[in-house]
Amino acid sequence: MTWRLVTGPILQHPGRSLLCVLAIAMGVALGFAVQLINGSAISEFTRAAQTLAGKADLTVRGARNGFDEAVYAALAQRDGVALASPALEVDAKLPGRDEPLRIIGIDVFRAGRLQPALFAEGADLLDSLRADTVFLSAAAIEWLGAGRGDSLTVQSGLAQRTLRVAGTLTTDDTLGRVAVMDIAAAQALFDRVGRLSRVDLRLAPGVDTDRFIATLDLPPGMTAERPRDAGSATDRMTRAYRVNLDVLALVALFTGGLLVFSTQALSVAQRRCQIALLRVLGHTRRQVAGLLLAEGLMLGIVGAGLGLAGGLALARIAMEIVGADLGAGYFRGVAPNLRISPTAALTFGLLGLAAALAGSLGPALEAARAAPAAALKSGDDQRAFAALRLPWTGIACLAAGAILASLPPIDDLPVFGYLAIAALLMGTILSLPVLTAFLLARIPRTRYLAVTLAIEQLRARPAQAALSLATIVAAVSLAVSMAVMVSSFRTSVDAWLEGILPADLYLRASSGGDSAFFTEADQSRIRAVPGIARLEFLRWQQVLLDPARPRVTLLARDGVDTDAERRLPLVGAIATTDGSLPRAWLSEPAAALYDRTPGNRIAIPLNGRMHEFIVAGIWRDYARQNGAVLIDRATYMALSDDHSANDAGIWLAPGAATADVTQAIETGFGAEAIEFATPGEIRALSLSIFDRTFTVTYALEAAAVLIGLVGLSSAIGSQVLARRREFGMLRHIGVTRGQIARMLATEGFVVAAVGLVIGSVLGFAMSFILIHVVNRQSFHWGMQMHVPLVGLALFVAVMLALATVTARLAGRQAMTGDAVRAVKEDW
Amino acid sequence: MLSVRHLSKSYPGPRSRDVLHDVSLELGAGEYVAIMGESGVGKSTLLNLIAGLDAPDSGSIELGGTALAGLDDDARTRLRREKIGFVFQAFHVLPYLDIARNVELPLALLDVPPMDRQRRVATMLDAVGLGGRGGSLPRELSGGELQRVAIARALIHEPALVLADEPTGNLDPDNAAQVLELLRECVKTRGAAAILVTHSDRAAATADRVLRLTAAGFTG
Ligand SMILES: Nc1ncnc2c1ncn2[C@@H]1O[C@H](COP(=O)(O)OP(=O)(O)OP(=O)(O)O)[C@@H](O)[C@H]1O
Ligand SMILES: [Mg+2]
Repeated sequence: MTWRLVTGPILQHPGRSLLCVLAIAMGVALGFAVQLINGSAISEFTRAAQTLAGKADLTVRGARNGFDEAVYAALAQRDGVALASPALEVDAKLPGRDEPLRIIGIDVFRAGRLQPALFAEGADLLDSLRADTVFLSAAAIEWLGAGRGDSLTVQSGLAQRTLRVAGTLTTDDTLGRVAVMDIAAAQALFDRVGRLSRVDLRLAPGVDTDRFIATLDLPPGMTAERPRDAGSATDRMTRAYRVNLDVLALVALFTGGLLVFSTQALSVAQRRCQIALLRVLGHTRRQVAGLLLAEGLMLGIVGAGLGLAGGLALARIAMEIVGADLGAGYFRGVAPNLRISPTAALTFGLLGLAAALAGSLGPALEAARAAPAAALKSGDDQRAFAALRLPWTGIACLAAGAILASLPPIDDLPVFGYLAIAALLMGTILSLPVLTAFLLARIPRTRYLAVTLAIEQLRARPAQAALSLATIVAAVSLAVSMAVMVSSFRTSVDAWLEGILPADLYLRASSGGDSAFFTEADQSRIRAVPGIARLEFLRWQQVLLDPARPRVTLLARDGVDTDAERRLPLVGAIATTDGSLPRAWLSEPAAALYDRTPGNRIAIPLNGRMHEFIVAGIWRDYARQNGAVLIDRATYMALSDDHSANDAGIWLAPGAATADVTQAIETGFGAEAIEFATPGEIRALSLSIFDRTFTVTYALEAAAVLIGLVGLSSAIGSQVLARRREFGMLRHIGVTRGQIARMLATEGFVVAAVGLVIGSVLGFAMSFILIHVVNRQSFHWGMQMHVPLVGLALFVAVMLALATVTARLAGRQAMTGDAVRAVKEDW
Repeated sequence: MLSVRHLSKSYPGPRSRDVLHDVSLELGAGEYVAIMGESGVGKSTLLNLIAGLDAPDSGSIELGGTALAGLDDDARTRLRREKIGFVFQAFHVLPYLDIARNVELPLALLDVPPMDRQRRVATMLDAVGLGGRGGSLPRELSGGELQRVAIARALIHEPALVLADEPTGNLDPDNAAQVLELLRECVKTRGAAAILVTHSDRAAATADRVLRLTAAGFTG
């Protein structure tokens, strides 16, 4: 019986209930999927790192392109070290492939004792020592479609070298795509004689790893960590992006809860008599509230269940299509298996339930509180919403939002920024009845009866109108804020790209990986190509400034000292320097992460020593989230003795054609060794990557708008149904069907317009916080606000049209029963 | 004024049956009749047909010289707007408009200039004993008062015909008597014709003549 009392109302309006369920499910699914994908990727990454480290207690590493071998010799002789295994890791460019293959050079005798996974199965020991043989992991074999005895071509500098696949690594499949070869051979092959990327250490029995790490004084730019902590830097790298998505999931859940709230509030209002009847028949207040909460709980259970299943499916699909980094480009070459995390499932399942319960709590309490006698009397429905008029709570929320927006981040996360957005949203929704009444009062009187009646009807019930509005306001504000934020971001990136690509043509030795570069000889040969007016080389590498943070990109370009002021997209002032220290130009993220302003000093590890630079200025950079430091290449070459380069920018001589220059270079170096790109191509590619990164956002935005729209139409529809008798009476006294349809269309239009006005204003406020607080604090990116006027106008027009049509359709549905019968129904 | 000839109506459906069969009725201007009859015999159906809210299967209805059969829904609605006033058993006033604006509705529909409307509404409210309560909302009124509002609304535009379907069905005997007296008085002073459907002999007694509707048509 009780079961029937709970399920009855849900099944009576299956469409409405389904909608609530779907809205909840969407939030749960998104949050769960994001967690699943990232969790799987991180754990895959950590497992690979652990397999690689084998039985080692700790791993010592430095800059991406290595450190001096002498460090290894010193470590191996240290007290407490039982065994040290050196390795050189190179992400080798494979001609004709976009993604590099990681080649690990090892000392077979040492690695064999420490890292059995790197040991080839049943291999001829001599093969392990030959200069031209590699062993592939299972994943690499699958990826390359090569097997034992096949040859493998890799690029070193601009030259191609052919290796022989001598066998497969032991069965362990956690390594990912890697190839293993002898360390001396690898050093020679990649022109890194005397350089290492890592040293894995096994400590003597009884030596405490943490204490050992603490007493280890490594050369600058190097760090030691336990293998199991390998994922933490990566985790930190993806965190801001992930938190962003989690917050979106929470917003979706909130919208779902709001939909439950408005649906339940309307349904309770419509069922006032039925509920009063339950009370008259002897149900206690508690029982009535319990029944209504149970309805919410049912919706929540179904929604959370669907959401978890949907999240799993979504995670699968997303990993297939956009990859484990959700389109953000963090985990290259990692193709993880989905790992189902019970904690994540529980968290998001419970959040879904909580959203549904919270949504139904207000209406349940309100219904239980109502006096049955008054509820049975007609014309009392407005009273049901009296509790919604909470202007002071709303204003307090809005004020809190403004204050929260000005607080600093916690542990690099814009916690207060997100809270500020939540407070603004809550405040606006709580103030909706007041705002709605205010806006409706501004609408001038017209002489059209249909319009007058529509507006009177809305004016008399601002709280009810506010209910229909809640979901639409939330959805519109979300959509508008995202649209403004993404458009500001995209416009800023576009402008930035235009500024940082002044050359006519760009050359790159290798876009992925670090095995390909231009040697000094290569550089001279390119310089000699006819048709080039000006040539600039760029060397980039990753250096470690702070062991707790991901590596920073160090950029060394020709001519920085003379043209930085003119060429860089600078933000803020430039420091005047006396020339005693070389100048470094920090990207916005680098300046924020390492807390530097122009005039400060910054030490950069080069060639095993720290070198002091003065921060000359700060420039906008959207490409390297972990920060970038730009210095003059002349300084770099003097300090590091590294004369190679990765990229080049070419300014063509007057009359020279891009195609001719490209042709000349290609004939000189071979077609596959160098990648060519015009600024236009780079721009298009960058923007397409940008758009891919925001696909999740776009999809979510669309879904939110859909929820809002459907929420609005269901609210209008249910109110129209409840007013059937009114329409019947109007027909009796001579109102035409057309007039009633116009009246409903006007109501739909006005409600949607009010919702769009409030939602847009809120959306702009939220986008302001997103741009200036959330984005700045989580990614350290500054951007110019840009409002996509045409897009928003189109959005507004479509929403208005849809709301109008919905209301009309709802009216047609309500008028299918004839006027005669409608007036018979008792009020 | 109103002439109903050989009217028949049946509702389609599983247990389809004739509700009205060959019913005829003539009503002169200013005539006040009561219709009585068993529940389900078709009294409300007849009123709806007269008001043009529903179409008969056969027979004709002429209202003030216009045959309803030749008109489409919009034209019938306009005719109803002008010529007919309705009073329902369940009052049916709009909860979101105040009393004055509820009464004003028919005038607004007829595009009467606003200045005129206000004057006429005030006079009408005085006439039904609700002078000065124009600003009240329906939920602040009792059942009897609400029915007075409905009477005021039915007569404000001086229709030729008032249709009242059990207007006192929801009222206690005292209130019922007052409302009936008011209805008759308002109808008579404005020279309108009226049909009062009722189950009560006391109510029927306020009419000029009483008709009994049976399955075989009008008797008495
Ligand atoms: N829309 C309809 N569809 C089918 N049957 C209907 C419809 N409206 C009325 N009826 C049937 O037609 C018959 C006459 O109904 P009507 O409402 O005219 O009776 P009534 O004389 O007014 O009764 P009462 O005194 O109870 O109000 C009834 O049997 C009713 O069930
Ligand atoms: Mg009847």
